[in-house]
Amino acid sequence: MSAHEAADETVDGNRRDFLYIATGMVGVVGAASVAWPFIDQMQPDASTLALAQVEVDVSSVQKGASLTVKWRGKPVVIRYRTDKELEEGKTVKLSDLKDPIARNANLPSDAPATDANRTVPKREAWLVMVEVCTHLGCIPLGEQGEFGGWFCPCHGSQYDTAGRIRKGPAPENMAIPKYEFTSETVVRVG
Amino acid sequence: MSGMQHSTYTPKSGIGRWVDARMPLPRLMYDSFVAYPVPRNLNYAYTFGGILSLMLVLQILTGVVLAMHYAANSDLAFNSVEGIMRDVNNGWLLRYMHSTGASFFFIAVYIHMFRGLYYGSYKAPRELLWILGCIIYLLMMATAFMGYVLPWGQMSFWGATVITGFFSAIPLVGDWIQQLLIGGFAVGNPTLNRFFSLHYLLPFMIAGVVVLHIWALHVAGQTNPTGIEVKSKTDTVPFSPHATVKDGFAMIVFLFIFAYFIFYIPNFLGHADNFVEANPLKTPSEIVPEWYFLPFYAILRAITFNIGPINSKLGGVLVMFGSIVLLFIVPWLDTSKIRSAVYRPWYKLFFWIFIADVVMLGWVGAKPPEGIYPMLALLGAIWYYAHFLIILPVLGLIETPRRMPNSITEAVLEKNGGSAHPAGAAAAPQTKG
Ligand code: HEM
Ligand code: FES
Repeated sequence: MSAHEAADETVDGNRRDFLYIATGMVGVVGAASVAWPFIDQMQPDASTLALAQVEVDVSSVQKGASLTVKWRGKPVVIRYRTDKELEEGKTVKLSDLKDPIARNANLPSDAPATDANRTVPKREAWLVMVEVCTHLGCIPLGEQGEFGGWFCPCHGSQYDTAGRIRKGPAPENMAIPKYEFTSETVVRVG
Repeated sequence: MSGMQHSTYTPKSGIGRWVDARMPLPRLMYDSFVAYPVPRNLNYAYTFGGILSLMLVLQILTGVVLAMHYAANSDLAFNSVEGIMRDVNNGWLLRYMHSTGASFFFIAVYIHMFRGLYYGSYKAPRELLWILGCIIYLLMMATAFMGYVLPWGQMSFWGATVITGFFSAIPLVGDWIQQLLIGGFAVGNPTLNRFFSLHYLLPFMIAGVVVLHIWALHVAGQTNPTGIEVKSKTDTVPFSPHATVKDGFAMIVFLFIFAYFIFYIPNFLGHADNFVEANPLKTPSEIVPEWYFLPFYAILRAITFNIGPINSKLGGVLVMFGSIVLLFIVPWLDTSKIRSAVYRPWYKLFFWIFIADVVMLGWVGAKPPEGIYPMLALLGAIWYYAHFLIILPVLGLIETPRRMPNSITEAVLEKNGGSAHPAGAAAAPQTKG
């Protein structure tokens, strides 16, 4: 081994340090850039992301009835609310709400959760909402629960007639997607 | 693997000597499972390590065979499982072995873990052994959860929705992580595909951690009901035949009960809603996970209120994951110098109260979240936390232990009130606790 030791002494320490650090740095960058495709492939793929808009003919929906359509793999409920439901939604004080924010993609993100802000102007009787519980993603049952709105069977969240969370573990009001009435009887979601 | 003793293996044949000089695997096996000394006073609670190893092999065997007939596609999965049940030769048997096997795997692991809590198996020098066990338990839960998604029934689908929903509770990055897990905006075909891939992979990772677990075990040696370390040769008996026979007998009894479930009540532990194909637009009227997740499910649902800045959803998820994290740190929560509950009268009492609490949580977890049940879940969850965070640390400081014998041999002698010989007869042992 003495030959090696002798060789060590003549080695230029700076050159070895440089090789260590350079190898290490390239190794780390290389490992990270190989890791990324492995993570990235898990994200929703192009077919899932493909432009998701649905047009729905709501001419058959009477007052007090609703229609459910599938949008981005999730159910969107389109409900023509009764006068009573509308009235109940309007009389709730904002301070009584667990989540005071409208969660309406058609409005600024800090709009208060008034009944009107859960809809679009001039169509206040129509509630168009992603019917997915904001707790862990179950589909709540309509026209049920203590507030006459939605009741989630999974862990007992209760929503009112405007889909706002009132009781139970869910943290937020159910989401209002981007939508528009393109004519008297057609809604475009997305 | 055997850190405590010298190898006594002497290969008898020429081939044996040839192999031994090149790769002494037979020696390792001999030292680990034949000559390996085990405490002479092990009881049947110590046979579940062996049973667990057997169940892991069984799950892998039946799983690999099921995968030959199963189609991991959301349009085909449900029908392919029906095909396994009706068309594949003996497919019904293989599938019931696998689905009931998962439940029995968990029965065994719970007994195994409660054994550890009762006899203080987690205390020095076995903390790593215990932590490796907790990792296996986590991997088992992940495996079973993803396996349950594969038949693509209503419970599969909605269970997957709810459980991946846990991750959306994480502030800021939660939604991104959830989409990364399910590969879309809702559970669907990409989810099913990746879960199948991972469900195939994880059991082999479990097998790897089991090797580490047994390695750590063979460094420290097994505990025993007295909690006294092995001090002399009279405290132990060799693994074979003593442990092999006792383990083997326990396995046979366990398999008889397992067979009874497979042949007579194969769906007793399942849920009727999973006979209905997954429907992304309709949640079943109640969602319950497999029985082995129920206590944690109850803890999750116990938090229906915001705690300061933490909203109820994040709170529930944190409290639920926390209840598993507590298991990892038990070795440092228990302050008592005495290992076994046998000599700790108060701990023994609280241990059984804890068992009752967990069973109660499991029962509440299967009930609808209405009426008295949320309150019971909350009380049960508080007690669960108090057991680990208050009772365990405090008890170790104030409890007066019972008088302890000086050695395992003395304990056995006291119990039998007479001669200590022949060593193995009255005190059969086993391994892999
Ligand atoms: C740690 C070991 C394992 C556990 C705890 C486990 C658990 C489960 C569970 C709970 C199910 C759902 C059963 C049902 O209700 O139908 C399942 C299904 C399945 N597992 Fe496993 N599994 C394990 C290992 C494996 C392995 C190694 C494979 C190999 C590929 C596998 C392949 C399958 C297949 C193809 C299905 C779907 C067919 C069916 O549902 O019966 N499993 N597993
Ligand atoms: S998913 Fe609706 S209450 Fe949990």
